[in-house]
Amino acid sequence: MSYLADVGTLAAKDLRLELRSRDTVPAMLLFVVSTLVVFNFALPVGASAEAAYGLLWAALVFTAILGLTRAFAAEREQRVLDGLVLAPSDRSAIWLGKTIAVVVFLALAEAVALPAFALFFEPVSWELVAAVALASVGFAAVGTLLAAMAAASRARELLLPLLFLPLVIPIVVGGVGASIGDDPGRYLGFLALYDLIFAILSWASFEYVVTE
Amino acid sequence: MLAAAAAGLLLVGIALAFYWVPNAPIEGFRQRIFYIHVPIALTAYACFFWAAWKALRLLWTRDQSYDLESYTAVHIGVIFGILTLVTGSIWARTSWNTWWAWEERQLVLFLVLFLFYSAYFMLRFSVDPGPRRASMSAVYALFGVVLIPVSFLAIRLAEGLIHPVVFDEEVNTRLTASQFLTFIVCFAGMLALAASLYVNELTGKRVDERLRELREALS
Repeated sequence: MSYLADVGTLAAKDLRLELRSRDTVPAMLLFVVSTLVVFNFALPVGASAEAAYGLLWAALVFTAILGLTRAFAAEREQRVLDGLVLAPSDRSAIWLGKTIAVVVFLALAEAVALPAFALFFEPVSWELVAAVALASVGFAAVGTLLAAMAAASRARELLLPLLFLPLVIPIVVGGVGASIGDDPGRYLGFLALYDLIFAILSWASFEYVVTE
Repeated sequence: MLAAAAAGLLLVGIALAFYWVPNAPIEGFRQRIFYIHVPIALTAYACFFWAAWKALRLLWTRDQSYDLESYTAVHIGVIFGILTLVTGSIWARTSWNTWWAWEERQLVLFLVLFLFYSAYFMLRFSVDPGPRRASMSAVYALFGVVLIPVSFLAIRLAEGLIHPVVFDEEVNTRLTASQFLTFIVCFAGMLALAASLYVNELTGKRVDERLRELREALS
């Protein structure tokens, strides 16, 4: 039980910090809408609806990167991570708390992105909403681990997209498939499988990333 | 020893591939690149798995010497990965008259892996040497071998979705005895080549590290 309490405290810490500083979420909202507007001009006139769905997924990936580069910014600037690692709790609780906070941030950005997409481009189906929800979990699970790696490096913001993009190509495949494929169930199942595998792997390996 | 074995096996393999194996029924003469391309690809996988195995050992035992071994295996794996892309591209050019075919799953998978493992080097070069870098690199190398089957599944799923399947499944996937033997000789040769490169590179990297330690001790 104390594990879950630790996770809850850590997640609440990140959410409260964001509520007070408003550093990340407003930037993500503005970014995702700007990207959709850019894509409107990037698409040729008369492009198929399927192309628009593909671009929505590209916008979501880039928005996730934007949010994730800030994920450990406060910890790094205030040197909090050392303290968290020394705290008498399981290190994976840090990962889980941060992942929950990132999922909330992503959900807020998507709550703006999907209506904006429906307004500007194509209708949003329930399958698309389910795919976006599953994809957010995957982005947050993998992204939090990689953001912790990137935060320890000199390249920082530069490194995260390089680590993140090859790993989330399967999510994009699943997401686009669930949006335009004939059989969305298969792709949703694939997304769920991805989430399960990489969440367990990230949860188990986070300790090694933050400790010596 | 390893280098000699690699040279011998590869020479015999290439000789077999060009002078002994009959032309393939549909692909004809150009199918012979199969004996170069596929062993290189499998060797790259072997390197990546070896890197992940060493990474797992490092995380398990905290023995820092595994770090260089895992790094060297990724290094050799990326070289073989690039060769896979190049030979695959040549094969695509001769078979389908295009240098790149998104329909060719294995080739797309190698592109994804190439990007993934290139980022491994970026990660290593931008973190200060030490136990933390070792365990971070190890975690990343482990993610790599999990990504291989997941990406393969994803590419299969994407295939029917984004591009119509133009090429039939290989019409004749069963190898004849002579083809199989040639393939095995070439594969053994490539593995021996990778192993000898690995041993050489590992020695070099260890010397480098030792030298750096000595320099730091002196200054």
